Amino acid sequence: MKYISEFRQQGLARQLARAIAQTVDPDRHYRLMEFCGGHTHAIFRYGVQDLMPANVEFIHGPGCPVCVLPTGRIDNAIQLAERHDVILCTYADLMRVPATGRNSLLKAKAGGCDIRMVYSTQDVLKIARENPDRSVVFFAIGFETTTPPTAVAIRQAQAERLTNFSVFCNHVLTPAAMQAILDAPQPVSIDAFLGPSHVSTVIGSQAYEPFAERYAKPVVIAGFEPLDVMQSALMLIRQLNEGRHEVENEYSRAVTRQGNLKAQALMREIFELQPQFEWRGLGLIADSALRLKTDYADFDAEQRFSLPAIQAADVKGCECPAILRGAKKPQDCKLLGTVCTPENPMGSCMVSSEGACAAYWSYGRLSRKSG
Amino acid sequence: MCLALPAQIIAIDPDTGMATASVDNVKVEVSLALVDDVAVGDYVLVHVGYALNKIDEDEALKTLALFAEAGLTPNP
Repeated sequence: MKYISEFRQQGLARQLARAIAQTVDPDRHYRLMEFCGGHTHAIFRYGVQDLMPANVEFIHGPGCPVCVLPTGRIDNAIQLAERHDVILCTYADLMRVPATGRNSLLKAKAGGCDIRMVYSTQDVLKIARENPDRSVVFFAIGFETTTPPTAVAIRQAQAERLTNFSVFCNHVLTPAAMQAILDAPQPVSIDAFLGPSHVSTVIGSQAYEPFAERYAKPVVIAGFEPLDVMQSALMLIRQLNEGRHEVENEYSRAVTRQGNLKAQALMREIFELQPQFEWRGLGLIADSALRLKTDYADFDAEQRFSLPAIQAADVKGCECPAILRGAKKPQDCKLLGTVCTPENPMGSCMVSSEGACAAYWSYGRLSRKSG
Repeated sequence: MCLALPAQIIAIDPDTGMATASVDNVKVEVSLALVDDVAVGDYVLVHVGYALNKIDEDEALKTLALFAEAGLTPNP
């Protein structure tokens, strides 16, 4: 498949591995955070970690929107479906995320709620057109990659006067989360960042320039294929060896410095910053999420329905919060692979196809001290 | 969530702004609302039913050349 298979070639992977081995300084330890769950999965699916020298460590970041969504927001979505009798539409990733009381959207659907999985926001508009007597709410989640498609749907709904359509907005921003990781009271030690891949197609590599400058950390925007990850690791190692901290772009076939200006303009038109938003594992982060502007309040599900703020506890023993901060690895969690599996997830990191625990489980990285 | 796949545009409906694209010979409907100047034959990155960006073939070739070059570093 064009633009995929070329970036998975085994021979080139071995060459890159050799180049990395020759470039690392044996006297130092390199701690590289891959922000995105897509990178975490590439690293484990293709055995990239095994091709790295022992002193190059990947720290898994919080770049998985499903993983960082606090449980209370899932509880709110279930309330929408249960108490307000709406058609709740959502991407498949959210269906099995644990809610309070061992509930989930999937269980609520089995219990009779009208919850529908959609592939695209265009599907939600279609459902709204076909059900003019029902209120249709889109449970919107995702980073800057997934935000523009929500914005398109809101603008289209306004143009078509689809008054039964609204959005429960949970769109969050990546640069704010990267800052929060380093601003934490006891920050995890990280030398450099593999920067977001498809988020950057929208916001551009320049969005990370203030971050790299302020924290003196190198950032390389990295594609999601295994050779992209290896080349980006090599670029970060070179920057660290040379004492540089710049934003470099490995994923230049899809990412420009400016990003997608049309998508950015649309996001600015429809959304504004929320003063703060709660992230699982990272807590409340200022200016880290979006909400609908007043002009679009008619399409804001939180304005239309009364949704109480819910403080929900994670399952006891679940290490998702520490894993999302990079403070722990999945194998440090006692629940991993015992009571917590993709079929019966206790925490969000096991549910999502971008979660670190799901990567460890799926690609056989479960070895613990006990063997 | 942020995953996107390269797809080749095979037909465009200018009235609706929708296109048909081929992902490894599987046809998908793609909205072109977020991109300009996309033509039949172009490769785009498709995410949740939307084309996010055109893929730049020259840049892809340059990146592949970088990979090959890295491996040619002489042994110390």
